[in-house]
Amino acid sequence: MIQPAKPDLVTVNIDGKEIAVPKGTNVIEAARLVNVDVPHYCYHPKLAVVGNCRMCLIEMGMPAVDPATKAPVIDPATGKQKINWIPRPQIGCGTTVSPGLHVKTTSPMVKDAREGVMEFLLINHPLDCPICDQAGECKLQEQATGYGRGYSRFIEQKNVKPKRTQLGPRVTLDDERCVLCSRCIRFSRDVAKEDVLGFVDRGSYSTLTCHPDKKLDHNYSLNTVDICPVGALTSTDFRFKMRVWFLKQTNSICTESSVGVNSVVWSREGVIYRITPRRNDEVNDTWMPDSGRVLYKQVQSADRLTSDIVLDNIASKAANLLNELSGAIAVVGSGRSSVEEQFLTRKLAAALAAPVSLVSRTAQGDKLLISADRNPNVRGALVTGLVSALPSAQLTSLAADIDAGKVKAIVSIGEDLTAAGLTAAQLAKVSVVYFGTHANATSAAAKVVVPTVTVFEKSGTFINQQFRIQKFIQAVPALAGAHNDLAALAKVITAVSGATVPAELGTLWPLIAAEVPALATMLYKNIPETGLLLDATPWAGLPFVEAQTLHFKPATV
Amino acid sequence: MSAPAQHRIIFKHIDEPGYTNDIECYLRHGGYEVLRKSVTRKPEELIDEVKKSGLRGRGGAGFPCGVKWGLVDRKSGKPIYLIVNADESEPGTFKDRYIMHQDPHQLIEGTIISCFANNVKQAYIYIRGEMPEGARILERAIAEARSRNFVGPNILGTGYSCEIYVHRGAGAYICGEETGLIESLEGKRANPRIKPPYFPAVLGLYQCPTIVNNVETLCQVKYIADVGGEAYAKIGTPGNTGTRIFCVSGHVQRPGYYEFPAGTITMGQLLNDVCGGPLPGRTFKAVIPGGSSAKVLKFGERYKGKRKVGADMVDYDWGVEDVPMDFDSLAMIGSMGGSGGVIVMDDTVNMVEALANINAFYSHESCGQCTPCREGSLWMKKISSRMVHGDARPQDGALLKSVADQIPGRTICAFGEACSWPTQSFITKFKDEFDSYSEVKKTLPADRRVLV
Repeated sequence: MIQPAKPDLVTVNIDGKEIAVPKGTNVIEAARLVNVDVPHYCYHPKLAVVGNCRMCLIEMGMPAVDPATKAPVIDPATGKQKINWIPRPQIGCGTTVSPGLHVKTTSPMVKDAREGVMEFLLINHPLDCPICDQAGECKLQEQATGYGRGYSRFIEQKNVKPKRTQLGPRVTLDDERCVLCSRCIRFSRDVAKEDVLGFVDRGSYSTLTCHPDKKLDHNYSLNTVDICPVGALTSTDFRFKMRVWFLKQTNSICTESSVGVNSVVWSREGVIYRITPRRNDEVNDTWMPDSGRVLYKQVQSADRLTSDIVLDNIASKAANLLNELSGAIAVVGSGRSSVEEQFLTRKLAAALAAPVSLVSRTAQGDKLLISADRNPNVRGALVTGLVSALPSAQLTSLAADIDAGKVKAIVSIGEDLTAAGLTAAQLAKVSVVYFGTHANATSAAAKVVVPTVTVFEKSGTFINQQFRIQKFIQAVPALAGAHNDLAALAKVITAVSGATVPAELGTLWPLIAAEVPALATMLYKNIPETGLLLDATPWAGLPFVEAQTLHFKPATV
Repeated sequence: MSAPAQHRIIFKHIDEPGYTNDIECYLRHGGYEVLRKSVTRKPEELIDEVKKSGLRGRGGAGFPCGVKWGLVDRKSGKPIYLIVNADESEPGTFKDRYIMHQDPHQLIEGTIISCFANNVKQAYIYIRGEMPEGARILERAIAEARSRNFVGPNILGTGYSCEIYVHRGAGAYICGEETGLIESLEGKRANPRIKPPYFPAVLGLYQCPTIVNNVETLCQVKYIADVGGEAYAKIGTPGNTGTRIFCVSGHVQRPGYYEFPAGTITMGQLLNDVCGGPLPGRTFKAVIPGGSSAKVLKFGERYKGKRKVGADMVDYDWGVEDVPMDFDSLAMIGSMGGSGGVIVMDDTVNMVEALANINAFYSHESCGQCTPCREGSLWMKKISSRMVHGDARPQDGALLKSVADQIPGRTICAFGEACSWPTQSFITKFKDEFDSYSEVKKTLPADRRVLV
């Protein structure tokens, strides 16, 4: 493997602790590395530094040198080099490290500065935490406990600003809560490339608003809600649905496209309330498209497939049907299945001696976090050996085989065959075993339906466009009457062939590692939260459809 | 000791009968001769003259002009811009407006000389939005100068080309702050930039090296290019060379503008001898020496310490009247020379009401970008306005001071200091007036003039 170039390191001293940090790091990030929290509002690691909240003020100094000789000046009291402390506080976000930099984050000057800023931020704030949706994840609330005065010296009239402004279809703004940090403005302008937000009016009357005749309606608008440090920007969908401290957070992967956006699923008592992005500097930074955040709604949708029949009976029914038509079976796998499911699909196809095809799903990418390939895991199918070529959108050769009478049964893993080009007449000619979550034309026509679960109800891995294997974890229990895909596949394999295969990640992975060369070195539990990059050279020649997105450049073919 | 005579360099022709602001008049008075002379010299020589002159910026901070020019990044290969800061907005200051209205060609000549010295191809005059007349005059003057080949391509046949554009502000004090001005010139809200990294000399207008000089400073440069840096340095006092224009307003017999060699006149001479002293039957109470953001001086207080005279340190013990009107002496006694706007208040002024007025101005002009200034300036205004128009509490003075103390040194630009220094100094020096205002108010006539 090629080692990344070692960054130039700079040694700095933060609250007496020495640490070497990469050149170009700012004081907030350097302090984070020694577990020192520098409170801040406007600074965001993925946005331009503006230094306007003044909460991250720190005291800084440089080692003293004699101006003439450049020799270090030694402090006789300590025997160490004297530090020239700058008499006024500096912003941590806008201060990049330099060799020998000394920083104090707990000195009286810093404490005084933080308390001053905190008081200023609160004087015109409505202090409506009990009815504010941000409560529990509000930086103003958090830092008020650390630096707040505890009582107010402000007896004047507070500023009055617009409440409940609809900035766009998904974002609601309360201007009175806004601390004017400008994160949302910078995000829209610099990341989403939709410059729609700005301030009007001056001084403390400054008000966040959309530019005239513009709306905050781009597909990344909810990121402004995520990065809003206070309760000014809230999600119209999520607000007032649930207090955040009641919610359980589960790491997941967005299935919207092959980007594989890292996400967090927030749920309580088996119900999902929202999805937010999870930071992964190699994939999605801290962002996520709005369209990926509503995918959880499919869990509770009315057209979910369920069955009262126990899985063993469904499996034996499927096996009976398939064994009867042995030799004339085709398997349609899925680029939406997890790596583990694709591995078992391959096992099933082998047991049935059936050819495997896959359905591709493509659309225009947005150059940011939605790629052209809308299947999250086509590369998983390649890596597991389920298929060896890229899929096409239409199952034309399968259709021809049906017409020729060569295929009499199809096992479809969640793919709607009519959507993939089979006619109703062709579908009527074959016996279909359908594994799937939601009702469609294929499930309606199927002889056997195996109700399975959504990505939120199971664990597994996907391999994204970078050939990065990333894991997602079950957030909520499976819907009653739906079965985990791995268990369902394993049961059918056993029913068809008599062989037993592991149906759980812990036992399945050693088998995957043994049989799939690209995954030989790993186990599910060992895959880090930010994923693991695989060696993509075996598939380098394939004409993948993705164009450039954030942190991804297509290989030049 | 009576006051020295005025020494008019910049204001030589201001209000001179018969002097008009067209180019013919300027040329009749020797106009553009310095430019003709300067473009035959090496640019580095001109920069050296400015360095030798010891000229300090006349916008308010008094930063040495030669040092500012020396900081410009000339290696980046990017174009260098020069911006004339004509956003004269500091309350009490009205010198640049006179220059632009009555002697615009002096500014244009100084600008082109400075551009030539710094290899600037494009200059902007950023003029305050409230001065439409000045903008019209400058536009016309630039057109005149262009028709005579003093501005534009191939100036005076030298092969050197330079354009000057006039840009009108939209009426915001903060545009006088150089990085706020640059943002505004780029078409954005005038939010000052953080320094580091956005020092104008390196990353200024359009991220290119940029020089921002005050109107009067550039006129001084023209004079320096004429007489030479060494001759200029002999005017005034060491460290405070050249002349200073004082804009005296308020309670004196003869308010107006006065130009003196820097440091040669004391506050007492200026107010009593030059401006004719207090109005009949009144006495001076306080004076703000350098625009409304400078810390107020109280008549009757003494300033003591040691100061450098030549190589020696000597003791000084000054009253307000004894303070020499130069950057260093005023800084030494805790205020500043600033923009030269001298605001005089006599014994009829209630300091609480005066401060309420100043606070109203600064809260209105805070850009709103960074927290301490944005929230602090309005809070101070709300307190002082309430004291005047509503209920005054005995503890309000202390509260005001405490709020003001939370602002300076913690903001992006110097507005933090500008908005808090008046409050800090007013309350430190006139504490009793603030403490007793709730009582005093009851005795004030009901029909007194109401503040803004």
